[in-house]
Amino acid sequence: MQLKKGQELAPKTFTINRKLLIAYANASGDQNPIHQNEAFAKSVGLPDVIAHGMLTMALAGKYLSDISGSQNVIEFSAKFIKPVVVPADTDVSLVISGKVTDVVSGTAKIELLAMCNEVKVLGMAKGVIKL
Amino acid sequence: MLNPDLVGRTFTSADSVTVTEEAIQKFAEVIGENNFEVAPPTFAVSITLEKSQTLLQDSGLDWTRVVHGDQRFEIKRPIVAGDILHCSSTIESARNVAGNEIVLVRSDLNSGSELIVSTWSTLVVRA
Repeated sequence: MQLKKGQELAPKTFTINRKLLIAYANASGDQNPIHQNEAFAKSVGLPDVIAHGMLTMALAGKYLSDISGSQNVIEFSAKFIKPVVVPADTDVSLVISGKVTDVVSGTAKIELLAMCNEVKVLGMAKGVIKL
Repeated sequence: MLNPDLVGRTFTSADSVTVTEEAIQKFAEVIGENNFEVAPPTFAVSITLEKSQTLLQDSGLDWTRVVHGDQRFEIKRPIVAGDILHCSSTIESARNVAGNEIVLVRSDLNSGSELIVSTWSTLVVRA
């Protein structure tokens, strides 16, 4: 893909639900009950079950892989600024979009925006891909 | 409380993890990735999360009170099936902010002497 500095990249929507949280827990080994058990999540002061921050980041990583291929993602970072709350029997939409902030010596820097219900859930999310 | 003497020390796992095609596929499928030839960019955490908890279990870090603050990856080359990886974990820094401990943990995955992926996790240990 030809990328230019300043270029806006089309948004993609990912669906997060309880089933996906269980699948991610099993794939990643992160079985923290705040991501599966509503009663437990509420007992520690959360509004409901929340998604693994690393699941949100993995989906943002998929957005980068769709641009460059997984093998060309060489740096990736994000802050977890707001939880993605996942109520029972509900599909939550995570919308990822990107902007090319620099293209230099065969690499591109991509700044990512991750939004859930109009709330920014990742902060300072950015990746570097090989072109 | 975190033992401050451990900050800066690196702990390396004696046992290795052999990456399987099944593990890559399982992780990839969750995020809708159809390419199983290489691991997705954040796959490393499926190894480093558990390994770093074990390696740093005597550090005094209370994992039950940990909130993940941020995460960074530097990927030298993608992880592939058949990789035999060793994990090394280091508490790079620890500071106290308003009663919460903010701890930066670096975990490296190496194949022999080759560094494959470095990960940094900022963990906030709630007071």
